[in-house]
Amino acid sequence: MTEKDTVMEVNDLHTYFFNRRGVTKAVDGVSFSIHEGETLGIVGESGCGKTMTALSLLRLIPKPAARIVSGEILLDGQDLVSLSDSEMREVRGRKISMILQDPQTSLNPVFTIGNQLIEALGARGKRGRKEMVAQAMEGLRNVKVAAPERRLEDYPHQMSGGMKQRVIGAIAVSASPKIIIADEPTTALDVTIQLQYLRLLKEIQAETGLAIIFITHDFGIVARMCDRVAVMYAGRIVEQADVRDLFNKPHHPYTQALMDSVPKMDRTDRLRAIDGQPPPLWDLPEGCRFASRCSNVKDLCRNEYPNTSLLDNNHSVACWMTQTEWNN
Amino acid sequence: MPEELLRAQNLEKHFPVTKGLVLMKTVGHVRAVDGVDFTINTGETMGLVGESGCGKTTTSKLLLRLENPTGGQIYLEGEDIQTFTGSKFKEYRTQVQAVFQDPWSSLSPRMKVKDIVSEALVVNRDVTQKDAYDRVKEVMEQVGLAPEQAELYPHEFSGGQRQRIAVASALASSPKLIILDEPVSALDVSIRAQVMNLLVDLQQETGVAFLLVAHNLATVRYMAQQTAVMYLGKIVEHSPTEELYENPLHPYTKALFSAALPAHPDDLGEEIVLVGEVPSPINPPSGCNFHPRCPFAMDRCSVEEPVMKDMGGNHLLSCHLYD
Ligand SMILES: Nc1ncnc2c1ncn2[C@@H]1O[C@H](COP(=O)(O)OP(=O)(O)OP(=O)(O)O)[C@@H](O)[C@H]1O
Ligand SMILES: Nc1ncnc2c1ncn2[C@@H]1O[C@H](COP(=O)(O)OP(=O)(O)O)[C@@H](O)[C@H]1O
Ligand code: SF4
Ligand code: SF4
Ligand SMILES: [Mg+2]
Ligand SMILES: [Mg+2]
Repeated sequence: MTEKDTVMEVNDLHTYFFNRRGVTKAVDGVSFSIHEGETLGIVGESGCGKTMTALSLLRLIPKPAARIVSGEILLDGQDLVSLSDSEMREVRGRKISMILQDPQTSLNPVFTIGNQLIEALGARGKRGRKEMVAQAMEGLRNVKVAAPERRLEDYPHQMSGGMKQRVIGAIAVSASPKIIIADEPTTALDVTIQLQYLRLLKEIQAETGLAIIFITHDFGIVARMCDRVAVMYAGRIVEQADVRDLFNKPHHPYTQALMDSVPKMDRTDRLRAIDGQPPPLWDLPEGCRFASRCSNVKDLCRNEYPNTSLLDNNHSVACWMTQTEWNN
Repeated sequence: MPEELLRAQNLEKHFPVTKGLVLMKTVGHVRAVDGVDFTINTGETMGLVGESGCGKTTTSKLLLRLENPTGGQIYLEGEDIQTFTGSKFKEYRTQVQAVFQDPWSSLSPRMKVKDIVSEALVVNRDVTQKDAYDRVKEVMEQVGLAPEQAELYPHEFSGGQRQRIAVASALASSPKLIILDEPVSALDVSIRAQVMNLLVDLQQETGVAFLLVAHNLATVRYMAQQTAVMYLGKIVEHSPTEELYENPLHPYTKALFSAALPAHPDDLGEEIVLVGEVPSPINPPSGCNFHPRCPFAMDRCSVEEPVMKDMGGNHLLSCHLYD
């Protein structure tokens, strides 16, 4: 693979909630980078901080409960953390956009699809209404919506889930952003419609060189869509690698357990379940956060959080087993 | 030899589509379930797969008698369930139970777990409160929860634990059949494996049969001995699970299977991408109702409806390609 331009680089990002319970460390030292035309998957159990990571990158975290406490989010060399709200609004319209989990909440039920597309286009500069209608239609055609001239008049409730996700996709790519953050966009869709949608995203990416951050808890989606994968556990990335390296040789016990718990099409032997639950993010242990569920745990793990080892091919793992101290 | 527990024969549910607020005029019918036949064996699992809107939940509701069929029959151990009234009907309610998709909305928030779990028993069978609670303790242990947790309320449990409670309530009356409508799809990946292992163990222990409605095909592969594929109210292919997964024949089944997500990035097989979505079941397409989306459709497919044939070894199929 040739070296592509880095689109976004995230360094040691911390996003915390401050409330009665104390401090909830939803994102607690997350770093990764993503290149042009690349898809990065972020996987992990519910509540591990995937959505909060995504919302941090967009600077859309719930205020005032949550705050980016430290870290950098570099997009085109500009640190998004330091931008004012109005500067950030500009960036969101043009350079970075999103496709969120629930299509119901992303589209406004009282406006037609056409109006919402035109509004998104309008955010990018002043043009004539007629030109924008033509562009909106083109946008729908690009996401393979049949008979777009008729669809422009439809309200969201008149469309199926798959169709709505396409429209959201059309809005997201309308400003030709450099990066799209997709938070479980296909969870609510049928497998057949999911396949149509994933292929569509791939096609758009091939044409535009868009970088995609794809949040999911489905390793099947990772296998189909992603070039790189970050596995998240209790607010941190515990393993990060190219997709084939991760599937061929997962190093972190959590990654291994998560992969083993997924039923496979060609197997009927007993599934390996992960017992127990992740630690609460407002009361995290000193050492490795997976220690209470890990079958390899040693005292060392409980006492200190493991350093990150960098293996071949930019494969990184935060587990004591890959450190020299493990055999002492 | 597998023993027949429940049989659906030419089962049909057409919902009227009405117009006008006062004089409700019927202008058509939604053919949610349109003539299906299947048999569920004692102690076994039958999987039912297909895209949303193809009639899986309606089929489940007919078996539970939450809806009445507009045609056809359902037999439990040879007896037509539509004829059941009074105590016989109450008994049926205890013999066929259900676990639904959403562990958050399916449990009443104001009831203690012990009252939720014993509800079917208390309502449908004459048992004393004490006997019912004793039974609750048993089933709580069976599903891997502590008996003391029966004193708590549902909001005090995680999603996976709530689904265990739902399974416990379904088990309490020692049913012969439990309908599982997407039992794990709302759960987190790591919890899904726990609940699926639990269901398989319980079947082995108690001999209960399952009808498993799911759109995750790997889940069905793991749990079901036989699998039926449904499209627009009809079963289009039905076979022992292993045979179906190794040798899918119907173009719709092939498309569904090819859309299933791979277990490894190198497993990307041939993709059959279906055009469009499931058409409206109000006026389903003529002939084979899959023909507008079928990549192999021939002239006769739009006029002539295929009939179900046995391709050998109980592999049932309805498609003109194999005539
Ligand atoms: N508004 C809030 N107030 C307090 N804590 C919150 C709030 N929103 C999220 N959290 C906490 O932040 C943590 C991370 O949440 P996040 O939504 O990022 O999880 P996720 O990985 O996206 O999970 P899922 O797979 O369920 O979508 C969780 O522990 C959650 O309880
Ligand atoms: N009470 C009802 N009235 C009218 N149509 C219904 C009703 N219930 C279901 N349907 C329709 O019947 C079809 C099958 O629905 P359903 O059994 O819920 O499908 P599935 O569970 O496979 O997604 C759908 O088109 C649905 O809209
Ligand atoms: S550091 Fe220790 S407890 Fe943590 S994952 Fe590695 S072996 Fe397990
Ligand atoms: S009968 Fe014709 S249209 Fe229907 S599935 Fe077979 S080939 Fe396709
Ligand atoms: Mg989320
Ligand atoms: Mg359903």
